[in-house]
Amino acid sequence: MKILDLSIKEASDKLASKEISALELVQSYINSSEKANKLNIYITKTFDSAIEEAKKSDDRRSKNSSLSVLDGIPIGIKDIFLTKGVKTTNASKILENFIAPYESTVTSNLKNAGCISLGKLNLDEFAMGSTTLTSAFGPTINPWKTDDNKDRVPGGSSGGSSAGVSARSFLGALGTDTGGSIRQPAAFTGTVGMKPTYGVCSRYGIISFASSLDQAGPITRNVVDNAMLLNYIAGFDTKDSSMVPFNKPDYLGKIGQSIKGLRVGIPKEYNSESLSSCLKSYYKKVIDVLKTLGAEIVDISLPHTEYALPVYYIVASSEASSNYARFDGVKYGLKVEASELSDVYKNARSLGWGEEVKRRVLLGTFNLLEENYGRFLTAAKVRRLVTNDFIDSFKKIDVILTPTTTSEAFTLDNMPSNPMEIYLSDVFTVTSNLAGVPAISFPVGLGAEGLPLGMQLIGNYFAEDVLYQISHAIEQELQFNGISTFVKENNLS
Amino acid sequence: MSDINQEKKSKWELVIGLEVHCQILSKSKLFSSSSTTFGEEPNANVSFIDCALPGVLPVPNKFCIEQAVKTGLALNGTINNVSYFDRKHYFYPDLPFGYQITQFYKPVMENGSLNIDLADGTAKVIHIERLHIEQDAGKLLHDHHPSKSFVDLNRAGVGLMEIVSSPDLRSKEEVATYLNNLRTLLRYLGTCDGNMEEGSMRCDINISVRKSGEPFRTRVEVKNVNSIRFIQQAIEFEFNQQVETWESGKEVIQETKLFNSSTGQTYSLRSKEDAGGYRYMRDPDLLPLKLDDSYIENIKNNLPELPHEKKIRFLQEYKLNNYEATLLTSEKEYADYFELAILKDNLEIRDAKNVASWITTNLFAFLNKDGIKITSSKISASRLGKLIDITENGLISGKIAKDVFEIMWSNNKDPEEIVNENNLQQITDTGEIESLIDAIIVNNQAKVLEIQSGKEKLLGWFVGQVMKESQGKANPDLVNSLLRKKILE
Repeated sequence: MKILDLSIKEASDKLASKEISALELVQSYINSSEKANKLNIYITKTFDSAIEEAKKSDDRRSKNSSLSVLDGIPIGIKDIFLTKGVKTTNASKILENFIAPYESTVTSNLKNAGCISLGKLNLDEFAMGSTTLTSAFGPTINPWKTDDNKDRVPGGSSGGSSAGVSARSFLGALGTDTGGSIRQPAAFTGTVGMKPTYGVCSRYGIISFASSLDQAGPITRNVVDNAMLLNYIAGFDTKDSSMVPFNKPDYLGKIGQSIKGLRVGIPKEYNSESLSSCLKSYYKKVIDVLKTLGAEIVDISLPHTEYALPVYYIVASSEASSNYARFDGVKYGLKVEASELSDVYKNARSLGWGEEVKRRVLLGTFNLLEENYGRFLTAAKVRRLVTNDFIDSFKKIDVILTPTTTSEAFTLDNMPSNPMEIYLSDVFTVTSNLAGVPAISFPVGLGAEGLPLGMQLIGNYFAEDVLYQISHAIEQELQFNGISTFVKENNLS
Repeated sequence: MSDINQEKKSKWELVIGLEVHCQILSKSKLFSSSSTTFGEEPNANVSFIDCALPGVLPVPNKFCIEQAVKTGLALNGTINNVSYFDRKHYFYPDLPFGYQITQFYKPVMENGSLNIDLADGTAKVIHIERLHIEQDAGKLLHDHHPSKSFVDLNRAGVGLMEIVSSPDLRSKEEVATYLNNLRTLLRYLGTCDGNMEEGSMRCDINISVRKSGEPFRTRVEVKNVNSIRFIQQAIEFEFNQQVETWESGKEVIQETKLFNSSTGQTYSLRSKEDAGGYRYMRDPDLLPLKLDDSYIENIKNNLPELPHEKKIRFLQEYKLNNYEATLLTSEKEYADYFELAILKDNLEIRDAKNVASWITTNLFAFLNKDGIKITSSKISASRLGKLIDITENGLISGKIAKDVFEIMWSNNKDPEEIVNENNLQQITDTGEIESLIDAIIVNNQAKVLEIQSGKEKLLGWFVGQVMKESQGKANPDLVNSLLRKKILE
């Protein structure tokens, strides 16, 4: 047995039976992380405290007082979550030396369950991007290489999280998803990523990008691991007043149950021209698998899909421009003194932020100008129509199956000069953020260039357990070998 | 400012609407649990939320919302079952988020009114357009360093109610009355302490002038004036300036101004925010504020008696005059004291007019002199009642009563005890008074003759002498009738 081969579930079982210790497990992942330095997964490593925590975990276990099944499991945290006493940069110069004085609800939930953080992970600056190329601390490299040995992006914005899971730098990671930032990087790295229903995970202590779209979620190697993490990060939090109390199920509960008779919708709008031929054939293959397993395939229409992307970019940039107004160089973060007050603001924001953040803050500010308010209001109305498409569909079906992305991972050096091209790649993921419904991306196989591809299941509100049930059934049928090029080359399996 | 002749001026009418920012009386802030105590060390009352750390989220304070609903109902307004919180954006160091959470598009209350009592005894209804809930900002301290400014966020995030009147006010006196009546109402409700010196009530004044019968002309907004005197000065200055502008054939331009209390003048505020506006946006961190009918009904049913209702009751039930009723209901504590003081131990009612007069003259004078509130009065309402009783039943004279009142104020004793200890009982024994009179008559025969020859006015002199001899204790009525008998009959 190689310790790095164990999933969260397997490691948890072996910790429980004392076949392995948390210290052993954590040390193995620290060693593995060190080997991955060139992938630039971390912004801040917390290996020393991880060792201390691992010892405490073993100590608890020896006294039969383990905190949960996750006690001793090494994880990574996207550097958008505030972690008390540790730097939280949001991959930006403007927060380069910001040490949070409090802990986010989601990370403290994991820590209270005994999870051990190995560090803070790279992302697109302020979570704005689909590549992790916009990080102020350099790009993260996808652990998967093309068949002809070319580097690719790990997706974004949770690129450090997806790359780290795929490179076996930790067992699972936390990401955030505003328009696809968990699912698209999961698809690009052969990992499983869940964006829960809006309001399942507390946003308290996560640096808000677009408040009405943001959700935290786990990225893991497989579906069971993912559900195990969600079991601990989800839950009502009075500190986030956009949440409502809900009945939290056991997210593992439906895994293994037959999917016979479940109705899977195939929206005609998602079978777009831009889809790569490889993805088209995987789409068909997964539909066939579902049929074999007894699911009912239903053709559906989500007629307002074509408006989702422009609506998303108006809503997300407007909310971001507002949420980011607090980064003004006055209270914390990059501060450049000046004799004129307006220069204090200008200096902090022009020196502190990169191009993409500036572009979107300007776009959002423009959208909210009095003379453009009609545009913002129209976007809110069309958002309601996009949402209604889902509500109507879920009266007839249980889940919706779509590809996660339109293509395999982008190259690092050949970025489109027009940011619109990158924005367009979010076309399949933004709808579930607009509607607030849960969606999961899971790997289905390798594409023409040898890079992983993902499919997405979108569920009804609070139906994460159904998404896990179906994606697990597909996972079992496809038996995708999710071992990345980097893991193979470095003998990490 | 040159003099505008009175005749010209008299053709013009003031048109004023007020936006009054009232700090909600609450232990904690609107969206955080920080204390709202005034006068703490700078930044002592600042939580992670108040200084807008990344990742923080606002959590509405239910008590603040209840306070606003209570106020809205007392202002006869419609409480909206659904209202929203919006963000108003501008950059300033006292605004840590870069936006203020307010209710721009749909406020918690609309369409209310306030009855104000004008000096001539009539009442006027002032329409209230809206009451909305919003956050206060912090403040900048410019006097701590020669070249730097410091930020104090203690006030940042404290809950405010902004009460917006229609342009229904027509004089600076009406404005003062409106503010006084509004402040009294808020104090009755316990929803704002109305303390203008501490900034818990601040005013934006919308001022225009017109000739009678005309539609409204362009208005000027004077922001953030914090005393009734300054508000009146600002109005007067604006009135003169606007009338002069129009009279000279120029146009008043719509602008925002500030009032300088040392010059008594208003001046233009160059506002950078004007470009592009405040970029109002529904706050995506907060759900709609939904208040169901039973919640609103419950608050409505528990409203206290309001000043206007109380005044009418005092006029009718106790037959007070308008002056007394207005004064005694101007603070809830006055009215409470009054209603305790008129009540005898056996639950009978004392002479209300007499009690009212004691409170509004003697008690208020002593409270004023010592600078204390009626709630810490050194004479309790029931003791004042007893003092009135022993005056009315003749145990002491009215004049002695004032002395007893003064002793009560200083030693906190029961009035009867004071009367006994100091031997202050009124002399009602005819014999005793007669012997005093006889002695005075003997020594002042010349004056007696003058009276007898028709100069009756001199009788008063004799009364005074007797009172003096008796150290004020002789019953004056008795003295009067005995003197008449002895000298004139």
